[in-house]
Amino acid sequence: MPSNTLTVRVGGDSAAGGIITTGEVFARIAAFAGLEVYTTRTIPAEIKGGHVMFQVRIAPTEVWSQGDELDMLVAFDQQSIERYLALVRPGGILVYNSNDGNPPTTGDIVPYGLPLNDLAKSINFQRGRNIITIGALVKLFDLPCEGATVVIERQFGRKKELLEQNLLALRTGYDYVEQNISATAPYQLKPRQGAQKEERLVLSGNQSLSMGAIAAGCRFFAGYPITPASDIMEFLAAELPRVGGTMIQAEDEIAALAMVLGASYGGLRAMTATSGPGLALMQELIGHAAMTELPAVIVDVQRAGPSTGMPTKVTQGDLRMSVFGTNDDAPHIVLAPVSVEDNFYQIIHAFNLAEKYQVPVIFLSDQDMSVRMQTVPAFDLTRVKLEPRLLWDPESGEKFARYKDTPSGVSPMSLPGMKGGQYVAEGLEHNAEGEPNYDLHWRTTNMEKRARKVRLAQQEIESLQLYERLGDDRADIGILGWGSTIGQVMEAVERAHADGIKVAVLYPKMLYPLPRALIEEFIAKRKAIIVPELNYAGQLARMIQAEFWREVISLRKFHGTPFKTREVYAEIKRVNELLKPAPKRAAKKATAKKVTARKKPAPKRKARR
Amino acid sequence: MVMTLEPPKYIFDPANLTPNDYKSGVPPVWCPGCGDYGVLASFLKAISELRIPREQLAIVSGIGCSSRFPAFVEAYGFHGTHGRALPIAAGIKMARPDLIVVTMGGDGDAFSIGMGHIPHAIRRNMDITYIVMDNEIYGLTKGQPSPTSPIGILQKASPYGTVERPLNPLQLALGCGATWVARGFSSKPKELGELIKAAIQHKGFSLLQVLSPCVTFYDTYDHFKSITKFLPAEHNPRDRTSALKYALDEQTLYMGVFYQEESEAFDAGYAAMRARVTTPNYGVREIMNKYMR
Repeated sequence: MPSNTLTVRVGGDSAAGGIITTGEVFARIAAFAGLEVYTTRTIPAEIKGGHVMFQVRIAPTEVWSQGDELDMLVAFDQQSIERYLALVRPGGILVYNSNDGNPPTTGDIVPYGLPLNDLAKSINFQRGRNIITIGALVKLFDLPCEGATVVIERQFGRKKELLEQNLLALRTGYDYVEQNISATAPYQLKPRQGAQKEERLVLSGNQSLSMGAIAAGCRFFAGYPITPASDIMEFLAAELPRVGGTMIQAEDEIAALAMVLGASYGGLRAMTATSGPGLALMQELIGHAAMTELPAVIVDVQRAGPSTGMPTKVTQGDLRMSVFGTNDDAPHIVLAPVSVEDNFYQIIHAFNLAEKYQVPVIFLSDQDMSVRMQTVPAFDLTRVKLEPRLLWDPESGEKFARYKDTPSGVSPMSLPGMKGGQYVAEGLEHNAEGEPNYDLHWRTTNMEKRARKVRLAQQEIESLQLYERLGDDRADIGILGWGSTIGQVMEAVERAHADGIKVAVLYPKMLYPLPRALIEEFIAKRKAIIVPELNYAGQLARMIQAEFWREVISLRKFHGTPFKTREVYAEIKRVNELLKPAPKRAAKKATAKKVTARKKPAPKRKARR
Repeated sequence: MVMTLEPPKYIFDPANLTPNDYKSGVPPVWCPGCGDYGVLASFLKAISELRIPREQLAIVSGIGCSSRFPAFVEAYGFHGTHGRALPIAAGIKMARPDLIVVTMGGDGDAFSIGMGHIPHAIRRNMDITYIVMDNEIYGLTKGQPSPTSPIGILQKASPYGTVERPLNPLQLALGCGATWVARGFSSKPKELGELIKAAIQHKGFSLLQVLSPCVTFYDTYDHFKSITKFLPAEHNPRDRTSALKYALDEQTLYMGVFYQEESEAFDAGYAAMRARVTTPNYGVREIMNKYMR
């Protein structure tokens, strides 16, 4: 964990407005100054009203997670003080509205009162409290005021009058701190040498994914509004027509995927994006795409369920639905990116795998990495390689058979318009020509052909680097995870390494089919394997146990928030104790037994096999 | 191998083929005497007369007896899932506006499981033809009442008679603002062929309900023959009120074009919008630049 990071949380009532904007603008000012930022937020499901918070962690080097404790709390109201004060580290700062809130009289916290109402009144700008606060923060963090001005200009530049008011508000907050609170800033973060010249983007996972889709050649998108995936549809509604593509807001999620399959049949690279409830509706068509061998990318930005659940909260609970959701065996691929940046590169892999193997690919993002805004290095467009779909050549003179059996299982495809390439994309079991046929021969041939493609796709894990392998590979303790938990895990591992506890980390990005050789080799080297995930049942842990006959320790969290670094770290410590040579104490042994008993596949079954 | 970012746009070169040339060779699975045979014959004749090249035609269907249609025609086909033919067709049309897209299905596929898509296909007004073969029964699942079955019908799933009132598909389509609405009958092949041709030629969404009896589970040949009549000459198909009046008649099932109007199709409108906002040399690099810190 970089020791020189600072974490600020802004809290208030969303009815007052601007909490998220305040946090975002401040994060942009820090990013503009050359610092790295990592944001997180909670939003109530209500449109107006309800408590919101925005948190930003700032550092000169890459930030891995949201941060466990606060260096500063900015509380717009008394409720925010009451809710979040306990999270502020000893010696941390509380910035509060001294016109509307009382700081605690005890505790090791430094209170800075800002008379926000009075200050807003003094410049005759009632709605200026947010920007006044930003001005104060700029001073408290010793950020360059010119940079702040540029960001404010970008944000409010359209209306001259409003811009001038906001710039005045910024100055007012800045000056108030300088004159009344502290002439020298309590916090000073200096960007790395030359950091300002590096190309850095400030964006969310959904934006990164959408940009990646366009880079991947996606030219058709159909979707249906659903939190937290709607941003993807909105992004593509603006950008797709500009690059010659099409975005349709469908009447429901089933129609969205149906349109995607139609467009793919027509020859376009096509995608839909939804969240868990939408993915549930799409399952029949995912099976259809597997059966008709149509490429399609289906994004699931996972949110806490079941049912409507907690739409603005994170989960990793859709893994099993993604893998096992269709009726009967419908070979397909499931991918999961690990970060905001990774969304860009992995969605390109999703398209390439879908096109190359003519299968539906489910892409599992999650609420945490989809909405959080972060600094990432500009995307390396030279890394973008497009894998074409295998097309039938009408000039070949060969009679076309859409589902012709081949060694790879992939059959050349025709596109409407190709003379002699006429066929029916057939959801019934069929023969090589695509005519309905349930004969044992065709049933067997096609079930194997469809499965073969996906087995082959599994071998791309090395060529496409569909995994992250970090930490110390000689370690006895391994962490085998997936998705956005990698940030907190890596911070925890760095802490553990500093304590002399070695940990190896593997994050496969292809979750179905599970990359056999890679996982087998990783788990064979470990004495204990921790599988952290944000769901109740331990969905990946169970899949690993079932596939590899290996007991794992399932670390779960299902409250709708990401792991804290210290939670993962505590588990590493606990497991490390368990692995210590036995002759210690009986009490320790008892704990050890309890842990292993938690998830033990019946050992006899193995013998029987 | 061709990169498929921009699928090829073929120039519509009129075909010169007989109806038989459009047969795929796959024998239809329908019961002898099924109305769908008549629809198939009229359809083959219509596309032959419209001189549509086989490779320029995409036939999309859902699930049901009539949804087996694509297999029997030598054209591009898509046998989808139950009720989803329309959105699949929409995807094909938006990807490939150069194609003639015809959607096929039965009353269960269209008006029960797929009903949610019809008002939206109508409001989008994409240039797609929808031919619904209506036998007022579920045939493939061997005899259950459908949304267009008359009240009181005795079937396996309604042993004491249905209690639900039937749906009037033409009233629904007209009420939703459809730009082309007609009804035909499989036993009137000549007129049906003309209706199919007019439906395909309509620029926008066209809904053609075809009465197509099921001989096995609900034989309505005599019934349909006794209550069908062509729309009178004084009916003006540009008059939605008049169209509704004839559509609402339950004593007589009128045949012919109830309503038609020229209104911009979604595909054409979207293409115009796209042409307006597309900038040359605009791509990922330019999009990425908007997000630089």
